[in-house]
Amino acid sequence: MFSNFDYNVIERSWRYLFFDGMAFTLRLTLLAMAGGIVFGTLLAMMRLSSIKPLAWIAGTYVNVLRSIPLVLVIFWFYFLAPYMAAWVVHSDTPVRVGAFASSLLTFAMFEACYYCEIMRAGIQSIPRGQVSAGYAMGLNYWQTMGHIVLPQAFRNMVPILLTQTIVLYQDVSLVYVLSITDFVGAASKVAERDGRLVEMYTFVAVVYFISCFALSLVVRKLQNRIAIVR
Amino acid sequence: MHYHWNWHIYWAQSPDGSGTYLHTLVVGLGWTIALSLLAWALALLLGIIVGVIRTTPLRWLERIGNAYVELFRNIPLLVQLFLWYFVMPELVPKGLGDWIKQMPPPWGAFVPAVLCLGTFTSARVAEQVRAGINSLTRGQRMAGTALGLTLPQTYRYVLLPMALRIILPTLGSEFLNIIKNSAVALTINVVELTAAARSMQEYSFQVFEAFTAATVIYLLVNLVVVVLMRFIERRVAVPGLISTAGGPKPAGH
Repeated sequence: MFSNFDYNVIERSWRYLFFDGMAFTLRLTLLAMAGGIVFGTLLAMMRLSSIKPLAWIAGTYVNVLRSIPLVLVIFWFYFLAPYMAAWVVHSDTPVRVGAFASSLLTFAMFEACYYCEIMRAGIQSIPRGQVSAGYAMGLNYWQTMGHIVLPQAFRNMVPILLTQTIVLYQDVSLVYVLSITDFVGAASKVAERDGRLVEMYTFVAVVYFISCFALSLVVRKLQNRIAIVR
Repeated sequence: MHYHWNWHIYWAQSPDGSGTYLHTLVVGLGWTIALSLLAWALALLLGIIVGVIRTTPLRWLERIGNAYVELFRNIPLLVQLFLWYFVMPELVPKGLGDWIKQMPPPWGAFVPAVLCLGTFTSARVAEQVRAGINSLTRGQRMAGTALGLTLPQTYRYVLLPMALRIILPTLGSEFLNIIKNSAVALTINVVELTAAARSMQEYSFQVFEAFTAATVIYLLVNLVVVVLMRFIERRVAVPGLISTAGGPKPAGH
């Protein structure tokens, strides 16, 4: 079965795979996570807002993006990004947006919907009395949120936020559809050049499995620690 | 900011000669639904089996079930699809591998896509089935044993009928996930809905009309599934339970 398995192709290409491919994947994952959590938290605050139009806009955005495939979202933003950039810089013609910026925008905006639902649950888990106490002490909305509600919500939700980040790390592989050189993209280029599909894709699967499994163990440990404190 | 909108494009003939662009999209929708339904059937079958063995008193069976779930959860769907499509035919005995590779065009990619989506989702179904069985009070299992039922009978007549009805809402959202995940099959040239929209965009250059149509169709399909599931949930709800849904959603799609 593995008799003509060519380990040499991995030895030849691992630098390219990790320093080009995996570096891109990790950079995109971390930045999209940061952007996604910030935007997702804002969306969650909007969804829970007492201002109805705000709640409605955020709710619609989240529900629509959650009901269509990520691949379709990637295409949407890939073609929309030049027009959005043109609108931002007041240009008459669509502006060229690089592959990295376009996919970063996509993943931050898309994962924000999932982070939003997590943060919403987190905010809702804080007793209402704490918000009232904040207002009673004379804090305004942003102060109450920033100093009282969000730090606790965030802390309670850290394990789920991290689990979602592992999902994001796996999702980043889908930039393959734009022929971008992420980890999978790099592997598929080598695989096709050398005709070594079996070796490369098996290797990619093993690397993903080890990294995701290790991360999920860390999250599980963290979950136990937080559970005791609470 | 000069995008040229043309909403009549759906009725224009597509260059592949099969009909209008709308026709292309509808055929794509058909493949999406066929792929999703078959994969869901496979996912339910495997998921229930694996979910059940993770709750049996046999430790080694539980371990196998856990390993199964971890395996499918920790590898990206795209990579799993490539494993099924490119790698699996090379690893099975040569005769079978050649037979898989020589399947006529849509099936050669469609069958690996069904297997991939089905097994991928089965790991998630297994997780829910396990949670459903564990949510039942211990007394139910004991009552089954006390009545003289064997272990398989306890599962068949006592535990599973309750657990499956309790987890029905999450099984429904898993079906919505399969519909979304089926778009990944475009990477191995299954012309499902997203791929159909993509080809419409490439031929007609009407980017946003093509993707708008696909988005609207996905939303409608979603709506139909949600309404259907709600109907089924109401029909089979366990009398006496307040609600079977609710609780924070797990991470994922």
